[in-house]
Amino acid sequence: MSIDLALALSSAKPAGKRPYFMDPPVERVLNILMATVQELAVTRERLDTLERLLEAKGIVDRAGIEAFAPTPDQAAERGLWMQEYLNRVLRTVQQEAEALQTHDELASEEVAVEVSRLDA
Amino acid sequence: MDGSTDLKNAGPAQTYSGPPDYRVVGRHGVFPETTHDEIARLNFLAHMNRHLATRVMPAVKTAWERRAGPVFETREGRPPRDRHEVRKALLDDPYYQAWSALRRATMEQRQQAGRWTALRQAETLAAKVEALIATSDRLELDPTLPIPRYVSAVDHHCMPGSYHREVFPGDVSGAANYDSGIFATTGGALGRFSDGGGHAVVNWVKHNLPDFRPRHILDIGANLGQNVLPIAQAIPDAEVIALDVGAPMLRYGAARARSLGVDNVRFVQGDGSDLSRWPDGRFDWVQTTMTLHELSLTSMKAIFREIHRVLAPGGIVLHVEQPQYGPDMPLFEQAMRDWDAFYNNEPFWSTMHELDIDGFMIEAGFDRANLIHGGVTAVVDRDVFPDAADDEGEDYGRKAAWHVIGARK
Repeated sequence: MSIDLALALSSAKPAGKRPYFMDPPVERVLNILMATVQELAVTRERLDTLERLLEAKGIVDRAGIEAFAPTPDQAAERGLWMQEYLNRVLRTVQQEAEALQTHDELASEEVAVEVSRLDA
Repeated sequence: MDGSTDLKNAGPAQTYSGPPDYRVVGRHGVFPETTHDEIARLNFLAHMNRHLATRVMPAVKTAWERRAGPVFETREGRPPRDRHEVRKALLDDPYYQAWSALRRATMEQRQQAGRWTALRQAETLAAKVEALIATSDRLELDPTLPIPRYVSAVDHHCMPGSYHREVFPGDVSGAANYDSGIFATTGGALGRFSDGGGHAVVNWVKHNLPDFRPRHILDIGANLGQNVLPIAQAIPDAEVIALDVGAPMLRYGAARARSLGVDNVRFVQGDGSDLSRWPDGRFDWVQTTMTLHELSLTSMKAIFREIHRVLAPGGIVLHVEQPQYGPDMPLFEQAMRDWDAFYNNEPFWSTMHELDIDGFMIEAGFDRANLIHGGVTAVVDRDVFPDAADDEGEDYGRKAAWHVIGARK
């Protein structure tokens, strides 16, 4: 039950109207971004712990991590992953660019009117 | 697990001056358990607060001097008259907006992080507290006590539920959140048990009032007792009352004190503006630590009157607060110090800091000749924690350096 409480209430709003310092939609994005930045730090700290524990057990050499050089195949695999990753993250920019190339594109709402006409 | 054998000679630690890892925090019998990720979240927030204070905030002054200030003077044909005009002019400046939005976000993230930790184990914490206080006579609650408007109107420092609300009967998650997360807000500057203010007061009294031998001590607005425990420990034969309006804080505080082996503090639910349960002259020492700014003008005056009444002749009252806004403090600094008042739900902060506290104490019955003024910084384990006495920076209202305003009756 405590987990349900935490899920329901951990992000609760404090009593008192919230001030906004920027356009609220911009500040909303900033707030989500900063929470994401925080979670990246959380992951980084966990990874650091993992590396240090593995090193203490003789499984991983942290200097080896720093000196690691991928083979051409490994580098290609990583490069492909990076390309896929950027594609995914920057989806919205690609779609904006594609939209610039189109002319007289209709919105679905406009097409809805068109395809609902009896004489269409 | 600490991987180093000698921290001082471990390389980067020698020149490191940031907040300590959260794992040095002092734990007691009702302190919430924390996972690796929960600790990392608080570490991030401690660093974020420090980054904002040392790297982002200083340029707000530049933005004021080079941009927002000149814009104001051009528009109005005169310099600003008071701190409110400065703050409102700053609200239009994009750099102040960015700093403020980040500071508010960090405050909300701190609450979210601490609440997640406390709420996910809320029932376990309530049971641990109950087990510690069930047989104790050190807790006296009054469910009929009205919660003052100055506490209930907005949740102080954006802490949902403030000091007084509970999610279920016996819930202490609000107190556990406060206790476990304050480290992140202060970057450890208050020490392992967030009690650096209390230790500072003890040291100040030892140094400045060496012959003071109080037997009966009252701490008003004691919260979970973090700053009164050092006083009780320093004077073990004294009988100490920790007074607060918030029942969950007191329950948690009583259990915390018991688990830390401090048994000369009684946690009493009550409002400092009505101390009628105690006779005239009952106390030798009345203390408030970072309490005045969370009151209202009416309650503060009533509390001052009651303090004068319950103090014994020769007794001492000490209030520990951030510095007052005097005519010597630039309007820009006053405006920056006001940030918490308006954007971090500390509604009395602004007014309180401009008041003539001396005058109110004289009005309450103290002689001007017997007023006390001093300054303290948090007392912490300097091997591990940042010491505010060494810090030349300023975090406008957040720094662990305070003024002492008091009086002898």
